[in-house]
Amino acid sequence: MTTNPTEQTPDTAEAARTTALRWATAAGGLATVASTFLAWTFTSEFPGDLTVYGYPGGLQVLTLVAGLFVTLLALASLGVKGLGWLVPTGSAKALRMAALGAFGTTWFTVLAIAVKLGGLVNLEPGGFVAALASAIPLVAFLLPDDTRKAGRPRELPSWAEILVIVAVFGAGLYVVTYGIDTEYAELFTGYLITVGFAMAALIKSGVIARLSALTATYRQVTVIAAFVAAAAFPFTQNTDVYTLIAVNILIFATVALGLNIVVGLAGLLDLGYVAFLGVGAYTAALVSGSTASAFDVQFPFWASVLTGAAASLVFGVIIGAPTLRLRGDYLAIVTLGFGEIFRIAMGNLDGVSGPQITNGPNGIPNIPDLEFFGYNFGEPHTVLGIELGSYANYYLLMLLVMILVVVVFSRAGSSRIGRAWVAIREDETAATAMGINGFRVKLIAFALGATLAGLAGTVQAHVQHTVVPEMYQFAGPVPPNSAFLLAAVILGGMGTVTGPLLGATLLFMIPAKLQFLQDYQLLGFGIALIVLMRFRPEGLIANRRAQLEYHETDQPDAPDKGLPGSGVGITKAGA
Amino acid sequence: MKVMTTTTTDKSAVPVLEASGVTMRFGGLVAVHNVDLTVRAGEIVGLIGPNGAGKTTFFNCLTGLYVPTEGKVTYQGNVLPPKPHLVTTAGVARTFQNIRLFANMTVLENVLVGRHTRTKEGLWSALLRGPGFKKAEAASHERAMELLEFIGLAEKADHVARNLPYGEQRKLEIARALASDPGLLLLDEPTAGMNPQETRAAEELIFAIRDQGIAILVIEHDMRFIFNLCDRVACLVQGEKLVEGTPEVVQGDERVVAAYLGTPFEGAPGAEEAAEVEAAEAASSGAGSGSGSLKKSGSGSAKESGTTGTEGEAQ
Repeated sequence: MTTNPTEQTPDTAEAARTTALRWATAAGGLATVASTFLAWTFTSEFPGDLTVYGYPGGLQVLTLVAGLFVTLLALASLGVKGLGWLVPTGSAKALRMAALGAFGTTWFTVLAIAVKLGGLVNLEPGGFVAALASAIPLVAFLLPDDTRKAGRPRELPSWAEILVIVAVFGAGLYVVTYGIDTEYAELFTGYLITVGFAMAALIKSGVIARLSALTATYRQVTVIAAFVAAAAFPFTQNTDVYTLIAVNILIFATVALGLNIVVGLAGLLDLGYVAFLGVGAYTAALVSGSTASAFDVQFPFWASVLTGAAASLVFGVIIGAPTLRLRGDYLAIVTLGFGEIFRIAMGNLDGVSGPQITNGPNGIPNIPDLEFFGYNFGEPHTVLGIELGSYANYYLLMLLVMILVVVVFSRAGSSRIGRAWVAIREDETAATAMGINGFRVKLIAFALGATLAGLAGTVQAHVQHTVVPEMYQFAGPVPPNSAFLLAAVILGGMGTVTGPLLGATLLFMIPAKLQFLQDYQLLGFGIALIVLMRFRPEGLIANRRAQLEYHETDQPDAPDKGLPGSGVGITKAGA
Repeated sequence: MKVMTTTTTDKSAVPVLEASGVTMRFGGLVAVHNVDLTVRAGEIVGLIGPNGAGKTTFFNCLTGLYVPTEGKVTYQGNVLPPKPHLVTTAGVARTFQNIRLFANMTVLENVLVGRHTRTKEGLWSALLRGPGFKKAEAASHERAMELLEFIGLAEKADHVARNLPYGEQRKLEIARALASDPGLLLLDEPTAGMNPQETRAAEELIFAIRDQGIAILVIEHDMRFIFNLCDRVACLVQGEKLVEGTPEVVQGDERVVAAYLGTPFEGAPGAEEAAEVEAAEAASSGAGSGSGSLKKSGSGSAKESGTTGTEGEAQ
């Protein structure tokens, strides 16, 4: 900028400055990318092997991705042809988020090396270069805000739009798989930083809003693509280690989704929900033919699923019938009590303090693997030339259960009964004045939630091969427990399908991956929930109703306006 | 005052609602005492009375929200069950004094909730989504849109109820009540807080509802509105029915005027008292800007300030 600014109008000077800043951001992004090809440390003690020149590894890959993302966004903001789709609603805020992502990932890596290996001396010059380079894109914070209304998206042929959806779910599968497959805590933390900021940037840039518009147009394609992507997960795995994590995530997410009917739709605070999972699991264990079971029977799986679900249903009605006549907090207290009663009762039915049914605290071990027509779930099978471990079988089975729960949730949610649930939640007096039998409708929600949890429980018993009372407590370090289930629903977003799935995934992966947090985990979640309630009470993925409920001011009145921050497919059960 | 009421009162018309000897006690407090009221088919009946007279309590007795301590309420010859949802199912719909919409649901959804009693689809049919379910849903939608058309909110069907302006929220509440295909509609202060134009529109709307063959019982403070609208008016004071009759009769009744405006003291001439009041008002002139609106047919706020005299004694 050698021209004399006084000769220019302020507008052009401002424009020139903006352009220069954008170029600087792009250059910073590129420099960050380049720095990942250097060695950052000289010992291989830090996992991921960051010692090699010309070949990024481990956390460097994440930095590389974050840097590339910054560069792309910066180029898009400069109006480079073919990148305009990246920034439909303005680039400045998105660039800031992306820059923070690159900066965060890089600095986290560098600091992690220094802390883990005991000092900055362990850094190669490459590490310092990376730290400096990744700070350059932060100049994006000097950019003027250029948020605008998204223009009309360019018309694409429908096959291309469908292709976009498929590609997005493919990418989604890759990203999630990468996260589940991360081998050490540092990599997972870096992954969270990179993905979190990248998502924030995409939301700010309006790409997510456009995508959700697209998925709303092709609902069927979206749903199929989502489940195909989910079903493809075990085919990407070589070992069973991460498939087991994925199965547990699915169980946790399914139960959270069931709880979402009770809490999110009908507004009944259930603090003992995990007990229904336990009822299902114990029932399945007792009729599984396990040597430790008090009953010497072995039901076929379909029968034990039905028995487990029916037992949960009965318990749901027994607990719900007397308490659902009351309003508000009483239900929370009673369900909390029921949850604890269940756990303690299971611990006491050991032949000493009560009849011998459950082996008390030792639980019921040796639950056999499922078998369908000679297809044993406990053995690896080869499908399409790819060897699937035993947990892959359970993964696919659990996926089916989850699809069932998703269907139940979205169908029940958008029907006469679902409207009645929401009406009861909004204003019970008015709802009864509209002819809704509040007690009956609430009992249906409660019993349905219990049944779905019991259903998931029957599969869980076989996945874990053992059930013990301690798996079903109110709060504990390992999900699913009642507190975590509720947290998953609230964190993800009440009343949505994708919300609890996201919430459950995060709440399961974080403790599973960040073992070092162990002691501080509950503290961390407590703080995270408080922060969330302060800044985003409607959850990570909000449905429109919740968004309005929690943000009194600045309400968008136009009904069809895409709300910022709303995720993919949120309208499914929201409306 | 007197305007064209398209009176169609026919003394021989079948009674839709019959309340006889309704008494409601809350502990020692008798909120409603031995009230009889009949609403006949095709009739608009008004219920007036100063604040705290027990009008809303009486309403709640009719709609099953309260179970009357004594007396019985019949709808089309059948005793009404003591549960609000069963009362609605029987054919009595209501609106609320303080608007109770489902604020975070859309306008259309609000009306669809009103259809609840007239549809049967339970959980199973919702999950299985058979042809019966789709047909019923489509029919509900159609009826709901019809009602929104009727009250003039069709183009706002997808708006969230809380974002509607106040007058439209009142209208939507009426549409929601109408969605249950009632034979009797109970309106609790439908024009509270409305400006004169909106009140006029509400009047038209209520006449239109009556013309569909729905009997209407309405609580209101706006005298001009009620005397224009109703075929019969009953006045409740301190839980008891003071008088019932045509608007002219009630309007001319001294006791009603006394209940609303207070009785002058026997010995004290009006002029003296008025001077006293004026002096008091002058002293506290900074406090109230509405002191000039002590008109008989003014808006709700004026009415309230006009009734405070008796109120204080009553409570």
